[in-house]
Formats: sequence, structure tokens, C-alpha cells
Amino acid sequence: MVKQAKPNLSVNIGNLVLHNPVMVASGTFGYAEEFKELMDLKKLGAIVTKTITIKPRPGNLPPRTCETPAGMLNSIGLENPGIGRFIKEKLPFLKKLGIPVIVSIAAEDNPEEFSVLVRQLDKINTVSAIELNISCPNLQKDRLISQDAKETFALVGAIRKLTKKCLITKLSPNVTSVPEIALAAQEAGSDAIALINTLTGMSIDVHKRAPKIGSWVGGLSGPAIRPVAVRMVWEVYNKINIPIIGMGGIMDIESALEFFIAGATAVGVGTANFINPRASLEIISGLEKYCHKNKINSIKKLTGLLLRC
Amino acid sequence: MKNFQLKAKILSQTEIKDNYWYCELSAPQVAKNALSGQFINIRVSDNLDPLLRRPISIHRVSGAKIKIFYEVVGKATEILAQKKKGEYLDIIGPLGNGFEYSRITKKSYKRKNILVAGGMGVAPLVFLAEKIKFNKPLVLIGAREKEQILCSQEFKALGCKVIIATDDGSLGFKGKVTELLKEVLSLNQQASKAENIYACGPQPMLKAVAQISCANNIASQLSLERHMACGFGACLGCVVATKSGYKRVCKDGPVFSGKELTW
Ligand SMILES: Cc1cc2nc3c(=O)[nH]c(=O)nc-3n(C[C@H](O)[C@H](O)[C@H](O)COP(=O)(O)OP(=O)(O)OC[C@H]3O[C@@H](n4cnc5c(N)ncnc54)[C@H](O)[C@@H]3O)c2cc1C
Ligand SMILES: Cc1cc2nc3c(=O)[nH]c(=O)nc-3n(C[C@H](O)[C@H](O)[C@H](O)COP(=O)(O)O)c2cc1C
Ligand code: FES
Repeated sequence: MVKQAKPNLSVNIGNLVLHNPVMVASGTFGYAEEFKELMDLKKLGAIVTKTITIKPRPGNLPPRTCETPAGMLNSIGLENPGIGRFIKEKLPFLKKLGIPVIVSIAAEDNPEEFSVLVRQLDKINTVSAIELNISCPNLQKDRLISQDAKETFALVGAIRKLTKKCLITKLSPNVTSVPEIALAAQEAGSDAIALINTLTGMSIDVHKRAPKIGSWVGGLSGPAIRPVAVRMVWEVYNKINIPIIGMGGIMDIESALEFFIAGATAVGVGTANFINPRASLEIISGLEKYCHKNKINSIKKLTGLLLRC
Repeated sequence: MKNFQLKAKILSQTEIKDNYWYCELSAPQVAKNALSGQFINIRVSDNLDPLLRRPISIHRVSGAKIKIFYEVVGKATEILAQKKKGEYLDIIGPLGNGFEYSRITKKSYKRKNILVAGGMGVAPLVFLAEKIKFNKPLVLIGAREKEQILCSQEFKALGCKVIIATDDGSLGFKGKVTELLKEVLSLNQQASKAENIYACGPQPMLKAVAQISCANNIASQLSLERHMACGFGACLGCVVATKSGYKRVCKDGPVFSGKELTW
């Protein structure tokens, strides 16, 4: 019998080539150092950093997390050291790993801040791609950029002019139509769409009659949001032609596969990192096995391979 | 600080009184590296609810074994208590910073270190008492009533002097353990010259211990509890306010100097 060749797991996101399509989601992996003893970081497809802003941000009032059925709420509030200290203190470790580093960025008050950040990151070789986090629910804003197609178009368009690096736009599920926003990002020149960020939620301690987290409402993540995320990836896949990085409640190989079949080119592992730090590595080997078993020679062929029920 | 994820075999599970359990685990790497005040983060089941790991202090270490002491209070601890000897537990540890006691030497005066425990707060302090037992620390244990006073025999076996406080007066001093601490410091010549106060327990107790230590010019080290999503510094969820900004209880703590916290 001829031995079947190893399935090809590499994928392209804009001009970026990933060795495999499994990355870790922003804010759930710190700046990778926290995981160095718990797993072999070099095996990851890419690392997405915690979102950074121009100035250091102390973050939101604690308590910042609570558990919910099959999920959790968080209101970290983008605590980060600011771009200066990020470059000095966090980037050197990421550089040593030799895998693609995707830097997630956000603006605190003014969309102009994105331009300032991108100009700085554009000059750094270690930065393989930039993810525009226009969907953080924890900034205590009335409205997010990713909740408006016109604003999304304007922002992504402005940033596109500033860099040739791979540009990923991360979208919020807290909208009436994600495909509409995704389309705006694509038309403005985004290389890929990452979705979903957390769903806004609330949980109440009935004994104290108080919200369980300090900012009252926060972002819901984990397996509880998976069906919503899969649906959104599928809807967006049918509308756009740039790659989708799918995430939301991925815990294991089976849940990751759902996203590929729905239309994702790559996946992001988030909350699962807290529970099983090796989840993303298990997914990588699971993908290999699945492709092998189903005689799929390249993972790219699995994207959107959805049949009727 | 080194940490590991491993499947630890349960060597024993004993309910010492209603809802309070001792559990011994075979975890060689954790045992070898554990410091007093550190904890492990346990995944009690592969199911999705409860989803997150649960932090539990390292109570004692011997050879390749670690022992934990826990109270059944909810979903995860209930599942934990149903585990049987021979089963495996998915743990990450040792985590956190641990108590600092390197300056305590055999030459330090006896009873110059005071341990203050409220309720389950005894759990990490027994390990500390073992590390500084040559100094014969003074241990103050408080709880609502007699039945909830834990580990006093363990402390005594390590050569500690133990004084008990209960809210209802059913055993020892009647009142809060922090009132007892105040009294001990004012009445007892030796104790008033204490070098360190180590404490673990509910937040209001820790706050009072910090104030009392400060007023008496004694350094304090407090072991805090916060809700934790990861337990190893990645999520920034478990922060506490300090003079130098928010710090992570799981990684920069759980032990903080009383002077550092802003409450
Ligand atoms: C660093 C650290 C060390 C700890 N060491 C020990 C130990 O040695 N022994 C021990 O019995 N417990 C310890 N705890 C507390 C333990 O983690 C909680 O009791 C446990 O997570 C409860 O899980 P559960 O699913 O059984 O309860 P849940 O169903 O989650 O909650 C039940 C009740 O317990 C309360 N609770 C839940 N988590 C915590 C928490 N982290 N702190 C305080 N109250 C909580 C909830 O508010 C609720 O009222 C420690 C906590 C921390 C942060
Ligand atoms: C504690 C926590 C912090 C997060 N921080 C960020 C962040 O800084 N930037 C961002 O774009 N997304 C952030 N997210 C969202 C995740 O990247 C991801 O989109 C979301 O959690 C859904 O995936 P999951 O269910 O696998 O966690 C955070 C999520 C969690 C749970
Ligand atoms: S629990 Fe995640 S940083 Fe402390």
C-alpha cells in the first residue's frame, strides 16, 4: 500500500503564510510567556497578542471574571502596558519563538490612534500582521466601530494606506448583520476577518443582589457562544471572499472542525487556553488525523465544505 | 517559577468532618517545586460545566506527594469530593509566589512569627508552619463556631502555640480572630515584638490584619483569594489594587505585603 502523504496544514492569510491554521485568540494568551512552561509554543500557527493601545491602560474595576454555564464573562477592559513597553518588554520573547506574531491593537478615544499604532508596528519585522480590534465590548462606549459599516469602511481604508502588512479586522457579534460589516472591511482592503469577539452578557449574584462583575456587563466567551459563532462564520463566508479566522468556544478538535466546515480558513482558540493550555496543539494534531482519515490532502479544501443535512 | 500540567493520581480522599476533605495526590514535579503559599489549579471534570479550573492551596508536601484540604462549597468542589482513590486529577501547579520567610532563622526568637487563619485560611498556613517550625510560630485560628475550627492539632504537632477564637465563644476567645490578634499584641510582651504576621482568610479579616500590623509596626504577608479564570497570569482577571497599580493575584500573589495593598 502506498503511504498517504502528510496532509498539508498550511494556509495563507493575505501575504502571511501560516504553517498551520491554529492560532490563539487575543487576550487569552497574554504575550505568550505565561504559557512557555505548559506547552511547545513553536508549534502554534500564530500568536495573537493581548490588544495594545498607545498609552498603558490599567483596565476595569474588579471583579473582572465570573463563570457562567459552559462559559465565562470578562471585563478586563484592555489592561495593557501600552505600545512602548510592549515593544520593549514583550516583543523580544515573541521574536525568539520564530512563529508569526499578530499584534492586536485598539483605540481608546479616537480612531486616529489606530494610525499612530500602525505606523509604529509597520516598521517592526517581528510583527507579521496587525489585527484591528474594533469590537472590544469592555471599553464602556455607547457604540463600537464594528457596529457601523460606514465607520468600519473608513477606518480599515485609512489603515490600509499605512501598511502592506497583513491586516485582520476583528468583528463584534453584537450587531444585527455581521456580513454587512465584514463586507465593508473587505471592500476597504482588509486581508481577513476575525470573528467573533465576545457577546455582551450579564450575570447576577442573587444573594448579594449585585452583578457578578465590576463593570456590570461583560463579554461572554467559551462553549456557550459556539453555535452563535459558527452561524456567523457561515453567514459571512457566504458573503465575502477574504479568509475568515473563526473563533468562539473552540475547545477541541471537533469544535474547531465546525468552524472550518462553516467557512473558516483558520481558527482562534480563546477561553480553552485557560482550561487546557494544550488545546491548540491537540487541535493541530487532530486536524492532521481528520484530513488523513477523510483523504483531504490540504486543509484549505475543508474550508466551507458543508453539505446538506 | 516552574509550573507543570499533569494528571495526578489520587492517593487518598478522606472526609475529616462534614464537607471538609483531605486529598493526597501523587505529583512529583509539583511537590519538588512547591513553596508554602502556592496553589494548584484543578480541572475537576472534562465536562463544560463547571468550565474553569479551581484554585486550591498546597496544604502539605511529603516526598512526591502533595496534600490539599478543601471545603465543599459548590459545583466543582462537590465533584472533587466524589473522586475516588486511584482516579486521576488534571492539575496545573505549583502556581503563585508563596510566603517569604527566608529571613527567619533558627536564631530568631521563638513565637516572633504570628500566623492568623480565618476558616479555610488554615490550608496554606500549615505548610508555612512546617517550613518555619524551628521558630515555633504562634498561630491564631478563628471561625464562627467551634465546629469550624480547623487544623489546630496539625499546628500543635508542628510545635506551634495555638490560640483559638470563635464568634460565638463556643471555644477559646469570644470574638473575631483579629480582635484576638489585637489583644495578643497588647498583652503579650513577646508577641508585641513580632517580626512577621502571616494571614489567610476572608477579605475583611485580611484588611483588619493589615491595619493592626501597620499600627504595631509589624510586617504582614496576606494570602488573597480572587475569582480566577486561568490561574497562571494570562487573562488579567484576578487583579487586586496595589500602590503600584493592579496586580494579578494568581501570579504576582496570592501573597502580598499588607503595606502594598490599597484595599
Ligand atoms: C489562591 C486560592 C487558594 C485557595 N485555596 C483553597 C483551599 O485550600 N481550600 C478550599 O477549600 N478552598 C480554597 N480556595 C477557594 C476555592 O477555590 C473555591 O472554594 C472554589 O473555587 C469553589 O468552587 P465551587 O465550584 O465548588 O463553588 P462555586 O459553585 O463556584 O461557588 C460556590 C460558592 O463559593 C464561592 N466561591 C467560589 N469561588 C471562590 C473563591 N475563589 N473564593 C471565595 N469564594 C469562592 C462562590 O461565591 C459561591 O458562593 C482557594 C482560592 C484561591 C483563589
Ligand atoms: C479574558 C478574555 C480577554 C479577552 N481580551 C481580548 C482582547 O484584548 N482583544 C480581543 O480582540 N479579544 C479579546 N477577547 C476575546 C477573544 O479573543 C475571543 O474573540 C472570544 O473570547 C471568543 O473566543 P472563545 O470563546 O474561544 O474565548 C478576550 C476574551 C477573554 C475571555
Ligand atoms: S486568573 Fe488569569 S491572570 Fe490571574
